[in-house]
Amino acid sequence: MKIKLARDRKPEETMMREVYASTLMELARSDERVVVLDADLMNSMGMVPFGEAFPDRTFNVGVQEANMIGVAAGLSAAGKVPFAHSFGPFATRKAYDATFISGAYARLNVRIVGSDPGITAAYNGGTHMPFEDMGIMRNIPTMTVLEPVDGAMLRDLLIQLVDLEGMFYIRLLRRFPVQVYEKGSTFDIGKGVLLREGTDVTIIASGILVYESLKVAESLEHRGVSVRVVNLFTIKPVDRELIEMCARETGAIVTCENHNVINGLGSAVAEALVENLPVPMERIGSQDQFGEVGPVDYLMKRYEMGAEDIENKVLKVLERKKRLHG
Amino acid sequence: MQRAERKVLELRKKATEVRLTTLEVFGNLGFGHVGGSMSVTELLTALYFGGIMRYDPKNPRWERRDWLIMSKGHAGPTLYTILAMLGFFSINELKTLNQGGTRLPSHCDRNLTTGIDMTTGSLGLGMSVAIGVALGHRLDGKKNRVYLIVGDGECQEGQVWEATLYAAHKGLSNLIAFVDYNHQQLDGYTKDINDLGDLRSKFECFGWFAQEIDGHDFTQIFDAVRSAQDEKKRPSMIVMNTIKGKGCTYAEGVLKNHHMVVSEENTREALACLHEELGRLEAEIKGCM
Repeated sequence: MKIKLARDRKPEETMMREVYASTLMELARSDERVVVLDADLMNSMGMVPFGEAFPDRTFNVGVQEANMIGVAAGLSAAGKVPFAHSFGPFATRKAYDATFISGAYARLNVRIVGSDPGITAAYNGGTHMPFEDMGIMRNIPTMTVLEPVDGAMLRDLLIQLVDLEGMFYIRLLRRFPVQVYEKGSTFDIGKGVLLREGTDVTIIASGILVYESLKVAESLEHRGVSVRVVNLFTIKPVDRELIEMCARETGAIVTCENHNVINGLGSAVAEALVENLPVPMERIGSQDQFGEVGPVDYLMKRYEMGAEDIENKVLKVLERKKRLHG
Repeated sequence: MQRAERKVLELRKKATEVRLTTLEVFGNLGFGHVGGSMSVTELLTALYFGGIMRYDPKNPRWERRDWLIMSKGHAGPTLYTILAMLGFFSINELKTLNQGGTRLPSHCDRNLTTGIDMTTGSLGLGMSVAIGVALGHRLDGKKNRVYLIVGDGECQEGQVWEATLYAAHKGLSNLIAFVDYNHQQLDGYTKDINDLGDLRSKFECFGWFAQEIDGHDFTQIFDAVRSAQDEKKRPSMIVMNTIKGKGCTYAEGVLKNHHMVVSEENTREALACLHEELGRLEAEIKGCM
């Protein structure tokens, strides 16, 4: 892990999907095992140039997600390195048995990319808004679950995934991320990143809520609260050591995920805490609700995931911590 | 002519031996997926003993081998018998079917059993994976063929038809598939539960080179496979009309024979009957010489 934090966090000029497409093109050029599958969302994913450059290694199966994952598993059995994409809910829910049996149980190697996580599905609405994708993928033995936060991280993870064996789920924002890491940063899968030191409380966040969490930490600093921020981009396997360290050193934790609080990041952290060092904890995320249609800023308020909501949870958990220590 | 007849007789004898051994294994265990294991016996015998498939028991993951994907994974026991007879592993190991820690699980597992190419058992998944393997071989310019066996009840799964559409779209002539159309599924006759109707026409209409044969007739199996191998543009589907439980006294003609409890008496009778059949075939083979 060689990380350099971005000096000022501003929206990147490149969409995540462009990083996905250009990195895969680069990987495909140097490694002929790399193949790409899609289920009629090549355009949405910006993968048309890949298809033009590598027509024989592009398999757009049409609107059939289960078949796509099965074909990907077969390509893997024949020695290929498949990346298979659809929108998050379809890449996970619709293809679950193929992923579970033909992929994971058969010990094959498929990198499944589910785009438009949680509220970023925005105008596509509830049918397309996955608050459950990380949860159901996390429940598959051997599955690694990743939520890259910006272009630098995505690029590094994609490069690593080519030579790693096993099943991977990459939860991918398609649009413009806020830059958190400088280009050239490298990451260890399974290790969280300590973004900001703090002593009173730790926010553990993934995806688009990393940026919100950092805003909260900065704003609370002015009010004398020292907030640590961790980017837990590997939801499984979870970094138990780091979680325990944060619990020990700050005594309170708030998790932030653009996902159901059930069986996602919050659950993973809670499981680690309860088996090691339970401390007061609060969870930001969909409170077991369905998605709905609207712009992202509206949905962030609707599901109480914004900076203000995170701040309230931080203050609440600090109150609980104070009560606990009398 | 005489040579062809003799080859068929030899294969019928081999198939009888396969049934004998497989039914001994079920007898030992006291239960098993008898019906669907029996109905694919001729096909598997033809593929492995009839010179259709390329394989090497000493090098099970041989680069140039043909693949067999048993999408109806519950027919694993018949396949295990054949793999053991061929020396992929010891015949003695067949006794461990379904026992704790075994390498021979009820449904096929590529990581446990030497000679098994794909993990299956949840129905409907195998054709997609077969397509992936066939596409991979084509990308590498390899000549390996992928042989795929799906069940008729399995064809009620939607993913089978997703895959059927895609295999035709990709013109995968290196994929040769079979439906074991034994007309029965776990709960009864397929026509009563969710009728599959004319499967050959359905696959043909999806763009496959589709044939329909008697799946217990070796001559028809060989003719159909030869035509399929000659097909250059389309994936092949050979719809085999079969009898679920074929050749097993306690299973053939029985409605609920998908998974059965097997008594000692059942096994004694079935084996005796197969031994008689073996004797008749041996006599016929001698007559041919």
